[in-house]
Amino acid sequence: MSTSRRKFLQWMVAAGAGSTVVKSASAHEHFKGYPDSYGVLHDTTLCIGCRSCEKACNEVNDLPAPDKPFDDTSVLETKRRTDAKSYTVVNKYDVGEYAKGPVFRKFQCNHCLEPACASACFVGAFTKTPEGAVSYDASVCVGCRYCIIACPFDVPTYEYDEALTPRVMKCTLCEPRLKEGKLPGCVEACPMEALTFGKREDLITIARERIRKYPNRYIDHIYGEHEMGGTSWMYITGAPFEKLDMRTDLGVTPAPELTSGALSLVPMVIGVWPVLLGGLYVISKRKERMAHDEKTSAVKEAIDQTQADADAKLKAAMEKARKEKETAVEKAVTKALADAEKERGKEDK
Amino acid sequence: MTESIHTLQEFMLQTKGIIYILAIGYLIGFTCFWKFLHRRGNKEDVPAE
Amino acid sequence: MTTENTTAPVAIKRPLLTPFNVIAGIIILIGLPLTYLRFTGGLGAVSNLDNNNPWGFWIGFDLLTGVALAAGGYVTAAAVELFGKKEYHSAVRPAILTGFLGYSLVVFALLYDVGRPWRLPYPFFVSQGVTSIMFEVGACVALYLTVLFLEFSPAALEWLGAKKLRRVVVRLTIGLTILGVVLSTLHQSSLGAMYLIAPSKLHPLWYSPYLPIFFFVSSIAAGLSMVIFEGSLSYRNFSDIMDEDHRKNRNRVVLGFGKAASLVLAGYFAIKVFGVALGNHWHLLSTPYGLWFLVEMIGFILLPCFAYAIGVRDRNVKLIRWTALWTVLGIVLNRLNITLFTFNWQLPADQRYSPHWMEIGISVFVVTIGVVVFKFIVTHMPIFYEHPDYKEAH
Repeated sequence: MSTSRRKFLQWMVAAGAGSTVVKSASAHEHFKGYPDSYGVLHDTTLCIGCRSCEKACNEVNDLPAPDKPFDDTSVLETKRRTDAKSYTVVNKYDVGEYAKGPVFRKFQCNHCLEPACASACFVGAFTKTPEGAVSYDASVCVGCRYCIIACPFDVPTYEYDEALTPRVMKCTLCEPRLKEGKLPGCVEACPMEALTFGKREDLITIARERIRKYPNRYIDHIYGEHEMGGTSWMYITGAPFEKLDMRTDLGVTPAPELTSGALSLVPMVIGVWPVLLGGLYVISKRKERMAHDEKTSAVKEAIDQTQADADAKLKAAMEKARKEKETAVEKAVTKALADAEKERGKEDK
Repeated sequence: MTESIHTLQEFMLQTKGIIYILAIGYLIGFTCFWKFLHRRGNKEDVPAE
Repeated sequence: MTTENTTAPVAIKRPLLTPFNVIAGIIILIGLPLTYLRFTGGLGAVSNLDNNNPWGFWIGFDLLTGVALAAGGYVTAAAVELFGKKEYHSAVRPAILTGFLGYSLVVFALLYDVGRPWRLPYPFFVSQGVTSIMFEVGACVALYLTVLFLEFSPAALEWLGAKKLRRVVVRLTIGLTILGVVLSTLHQSSLGAMYLIAPSKLHPLWYSPYLPIFFFVSSIAAGLSMVIFEGSLSYRNFSDIMDEDHRKNRNRVVLGFGKAASLVLAGYFAIKVFGVALGNHWHLLSTPYGLWFLVEMIGFILLPCFAYAIGVRDRNVKLIRWTALWTVLGIVLNRLNITLFTFNWQLPADQRYSPHWMEIGISVFVVTIGVVVFKFIVTHMPIFYEHPDYKEAH
């Protein structure tokens, strides 16, 4: 918690000053992961399916006792996955022409170099430690299970029967034991040396060496060297990986890159939308005002027009009246004159 | 203080964190600027040529 | 559930023992023991969720579908306040109210789904996982819920008679509307972006780097359609409390929104086709999943698009109303396709998820609470009519 708070303050300072407080790196850099981090190499050609690793894992992590004891190999007949009570399982595969007998593969958290769970977690409960482990902090976990959606290897599990304090459960690479200088429980327990613990770079060298020495025994590929940007837990096998239920269609893109484009759009939307929408508002407001002005001026014009019409009409009417009057007067005068003439004529006679 | 960054996850944690803080600052700043922009200065109306 | 009519200041008194009240009461009575079971027995006690299928009906329906269908709030507010479509003014308050209730219910439903719901503020106050798309969704939903609350509050303040406070909030309208559109753009799209991290689990026809854009565009169609659909439901049930303005503009809203929805669906169909082309997934169209994809594309995007267009050209309000429901079902189908039907498509059938009846029961319970609260609010507050004291010139 304190680290995250410190981080937050760091961002605040960086946002304010853009200073040297931030760690420097550019977006175009190719991140290679922590140097000298540890990992495990699983050589399935050496695994005999004894389940010693499962037993050791159960013990060192204080997990509840299993339904069937660990020396019962009948459980290998069904395909299993990890669950809240087991961080690791060994499955048996029939690979046909690739091996004389069955092939066994151990399955647990692969401790990605760029973990999908860490990228997906909205409280940052997962961290890739410089030592190599992807560690989980239950004290901040909200229980949204997005990490389980995100994990391409179907690793994290959840305590579905826990009412109030459910946790995500997964392999820890025995981080506490590493700090004490011990090996991970499973590695220590393996009687066949099918698991090799060491620095990741060294493990890749060892794997290459084995493939080079025994080209007929191995498929020429180290599973985990590049898958999903690389994992700390790697595999070499004698059969194609699909035959061992390992997905070969995951690609080499590190998980955080899948969402980084969408996340980069966030500040752009925040930056551009208010400008665009504010502009539209101003335009619509202006249109509204112009429409209003137009309307009022149209009304005014109409009133003026009627006024003018009325004036003209009145003027015409008055003109007409005046003319009529004039003609009337004229007529009256002529008539009067004529009458006067007649009168005079009568008098003359 | 120049710690280096080893993972993309770490890089994104830093850059996206800073971006969120800048974005909030921008929204507040934009509001203030909008008000500044729409308040009339001393001059009234469109100046005649 | 039965108290909503006791203190109605509105003149209309409604009977208490209506079929609606009885059914709502029964659903709520069933929901309470399910709630108890969830918080005493854990998720396993009430759901079929497991380690392969950590997200089920609650995320698919309550969260993804719920948020999409609550998009009417930002769409209507933007049309009226920002684009100047004042003739749709009467549609704003009902849309904001359903948006506000919709988002509240989404958060309420999340309380059942997440393991430790009281920690929901943790991403903001305790430990910020900023690399997560879900961090962004959470932040935007939380902020947008606040925005919707403020946008809705004038109605409540009019009801309460708090004139001064109301005036303060009304002055914020434009700012809130812009912020609402920004936040909605972000989280509507990010709900799709949440699936970007799982290309190996979601079927390639539904997975696309453009998922966020598909989600955003379809949310506009969903919002427009929901406003039409709810409008007709509301008119059927609450026409007695609607004012003249509301009744008069009812069909105008239907025609205008229908036209907009038709356009949006046309664009949405096109970008979905672009998505298939850019991923070069043509060959998948002839598989069973491909046929299902075509059902969604043609049956629930293209056909509603044309039905809307015909309805608008012929001024056929009835056709537009039914098309609105059709489109809404299409959005529901799309969200469930992504969360349930095509997620984990590579797993064998016996490891796939189907919802437990109690999961659906809790969802129905949550929706019922929403409907009851909606009924209470519209029968008490000025939603379908303007408060006589606050008549404004629009």
